[in-house]
Parts: sequence; structure tokens; C-alpha cells
Amino acid sequence: MSNTENFVKELADKYGRSRESLMPILQEIVDVQNYVNDEAMVNVARELDLSAAEVYGTASFYSFIETREMGEYIIRVCKTIVCDMKGKEAVLRAIEDTLKVKIGETTPDKKFTLLTTNCLGWCHKGPAMLINNEVFTELTPGKVVDIIESYMHK
Amino acid sequence: MESNKLSRVDYIFRPETNRLDLLKRVMSKDKDDFLLELIDSGLKGRGGAGFLTGLKWKLAKEAAGDKKYVICNADEGEPGTFKDREILDRVAGKVLTGMALCGYIVGADEGYIYLRAEYRFLSPKLNKMMAGINEELKSIGLNFKLGIRYGSGAYVCGEETALIESMEGKRGEPRNKPPFPVTEGYLGKPTVVNNVETFVNTVIIAEIGYHEYKKLGTDSSRGMKLFSISGDCSKEGIFELELGMSLADFVDEFGDGDTKAVQVGGASGFCVPRKKFKETIIGFEGIPTGGSMKIFNSSRSMYNVLHNYLDFFQEESCGQCTPCRVGCQQLYKGIMAVKRRERPATYLDELVKLAETMRFASKCGLGQSVGNAFVSIVENFREEIVY
Repeated sequence: MSNTENFVKELADKYGRSRESLMPILQEIVDVQNYVNDEAMVNVARELDLSAAEVYGTASFYSFIETREMGEYIIRVCKTIVCDMKGKEAVLRAIEDTLKVKIGETTPDKKFTLLTTNCLGWCHKGPAMLINNEVFTELTPGKVVDIIESYMHK
Repeated sequence: MESNKLSRVDYIFRPETNRLDLLKRVMSKDKDDFLLELIDSGLKGRGGAGFLTGLKWKLAKEAAGDKKYVICNADEGEPGTFKDREILDRVAGKVLTGMALCGYIVGADEGYIYLRAEYRFLSPKLNKMMAGINEELKSIGLNFKLGIRYGSGAYVCGEETALIESMEGKRGEPRNKPPFPVTEGYLGKPTVVNNVETFVNTVIIAEIGYHEYKKLGTDSSRGMKLFSISGDCSKEGIFELELGMSLADFVDEFGDGDTKAVQVGGASGFCVPRKKFKETIIGFEGIPTGGSMKIFNSSRSMYNVLHNYLDFFQEESCGQCTPCRVGCQQLYKGIMAVKRRERPATYLDELVKLAETMRFASKCGLGQSVGNAFVSIVENFREEIVY
């Protein structure tokens, strides 16, 4: 058995094999591997007795379940109106300059992926971003560079 | 229509009184009496749609079936709304008590919080609290178990049937209604889906009594409401206000003195220009809101605001029905074409017609409400869209 096969089997044992177990399983795969690759999806399909297309269809619907390779740290900068008004553009530029990537790209060392996302629910403290599940608010270009640098050393 | 005076109140974040005493008191009374009181309190759902909460619970109670579910909709994704996060951060116990109360009344033995992925940082705290409350409920003989499920970044899952689809492990595509979740919800069983703040309100009503509760707000908009206030403000954040105030009073209190427009109810709500502040009432008799209030001053381009909203909608449309999927894209492309002079200004009138069509041709509230922001911004700020 491959590692993925084992891992998916463990998840199915933990969450169950009915259809409503699909989201928790996909979510935990994302927690551990940052994205769900083809091999994982095929294995999930087998464990839950679904077609691989059903699994892919569900996974690809959700913006926090990535099906392409992601970095270890996924940075999601809020682009919705109030964060935009409060300077999210300058924050994004600062991240791009620091990591030398554009929005949607992953650094060559696979450590960071930079994405934008819709309203994070921190409008009164914008601009805001997530790094994986951690929240950062009231960002400035200077502050965001410090945060990214602290993650570089993790 | 008379507006209410703007007044700050403090119920939602008040520390919870004794949970078990409250539940035991409700359990000692007749369920139908409690439902009548809840209906009489006038409480309407706090997510934005405004269905009478007591009636929803009554329908779920009367629905046939031995298995029923309670779901707390914590998929707070409406741009400009952040009050549910604050509730779950500060008084989650009240939300869970409200869910247990609902479970007891409608006869459900399982309840889930559906928490948006963006709020995953709350989950250790919530899980711990839930485990404790599950034990407490057992100790008073209330057969109700709380659990948590997570969203994965899809605005449309705030729509209750999309949320249920997502919980069932499917794409978050809204269902046709009827049947409504109160008769056929999660796994086909009768299900109550209420907003986070709604559950807290039911606990407040059980605490202070429906007579006291009814004294707050107006005839059509009973009670208090949390407002998420952001943008060009003198003060930003979460404020608990009585419903039914005029937008003019609101802007006096929270604006920065140069307010040009207020977007009431988020991207799916309405844009109100300054000339209409006085006549606009915040509540079900005027413009209802899930709590999102975004204030724009005269330095802001309403084109940018509209562009931002349409970018949001064309990304978040689930794509299931054509009016919404294609409509969102065409509105988005359309205003850019007008701005770039590739289309005449009169093309906006075509787009307004499209937005009106989406209002009745779309399957769910997402597509049906895109026209709210679109038409109200284009009608009131046409010159900013064109030039």
C-alpha cells in the first residue's frame, strides 16, 4: 500500500464511508498536504465507493480545497471592498516583492502560495489575510513583510 | 413610516446566565406554549432573509419523522459582515444553548455548527466548549448532541440548502424549494437551519421573556440587531442597536461627516445614496440587513465598489443555473466595457434589464439579489459608472 492509500484509509476509518464523510476527509487531507492530488482523490473515491469524478466535482467546487499543488503556507489576502479601500493592493505588492511570485503562484521552494480570497470577515480591521488558518489584520506593507519573513524561518 | 430612535443596547454579548436553569425552566413548560411565545416575540431570522423563527421551529416540530436536525449557519460570508465571528468568539455558549433549546422544542437529537473555513481558528475553543455542554445536557436528561462541520470557502453555502448539500458531502449547489429544510433537510430529515445570532436571540427571549423582548424595535422589526460597521467611519466594528432607526441617524452616529452612500446588507444588499438617508429605515419595513453596513465617503468611486461586488458574485455564483452564472459574468464584463467606451452608456439600461431578469429567473437568493446592488448603484451613480 502506498502512503496515500494508507492515509486515506485511516481517514475513512476515522470519519466513516458514507457520502457525508467526504468533506471532513477532503478537509483533513488539505490540513496535512495543503491540497488534494489525483492519487488522493482516486483513493477517496475507492474508499467511499464513489466515482472519482464525483470526488473531483466536490473538491473543485470549494476554494479552500485546492486540487493543484500548493505551498506549505497558503497566503490568502482578502480582496473584498473594504480591505481594498484600506490598501490591500499595497499589501499584495509587498508580498509579491518579498516572495518574488505573482498572485496564484507558488515559490520555487514550495514554501508559499499567494492567493486572493473573498471577504474574510475582518472589514473593520482590514486589510486582512490568512496564512493557512491563522488570521492577520490591520496589515501594512511593512507589517506584512515582517510576518512573511517570520514564516520563512519556520 | 415612523423610524425608531437610534439606541445602543446590550443583550447579545451579556455573559450567559445559568444555562442549565434556563433549559430546565423551558423543559418544565409546554413546548407549544414556548413556540407561541417565540412567534409572538416577532423574532425574525438574523441571517438576512427574515423568516419568523418561531414559525420555522413550529413547522419543524410538526414535521413527520423520528430523526431531526438542528443546524447553526456560521457560514458568514456576506461582504462586510463579521458579527457571527464575534459572537462565536465571545459568547459561543449562548449559541450552543440556543441550539439545544431548539433541539428540545422540535424534537431533534443532533445539532451541528457549520463553520466557514475562514473561521477555523475558532474551532479548538468551540470543540472544547461543545464537549462540556454535551455532558451538561446529558446531566439534565436532554437528549441532544452538538457537533461541528466546516465549510471550505464557498459563499453560496450560506444559503441553507446549499449548506445542507455541502454537509452531505456534495457541491454546495442550492436545492429547489419546496421542499423546505423544515420538512426535508439534512439527509432528507426535518432540519432547522438558523443563523448564529438568531440562536442567541432565542436564548435572550427565554431569559427576559417575550414581553420584554417585544418592547425593542418596531412592529415589523422586533428586537435588537448586531451591525457590522466598516468603511469610511468615525467608529468601526460591531454595535448592537435596536432595529428600525433611520439611515440618517445611523450615518450621523457612524459616518465620517462626508458620507456619500451606505451599502446596507452587503454585496447582496442595497446601495443608498445620501439624498435617501432620511427616508430609509433599517429593518424589515425598510431595508433589512444581516448586519452589514458599509459606509463610503465622497473620495470613493462607486464604479470600483460595483466592480468589486460583481467580481465577487461572478466568482461565487455556483454556476448551477444559467441566469446567475451567465448573468454575473455579463454584468461584470458589461460595466468594464462601458467604462472602456467599448459600449455606449445606454448599454447600462440593457444590463439593468438583465439584472432584473436574474431577480426572478435565478434559482436561489444569490442570483436573485445581485440586482439589488447592481440596480441601486447604477441608478444612483450612473455618471460614476460611465465616466
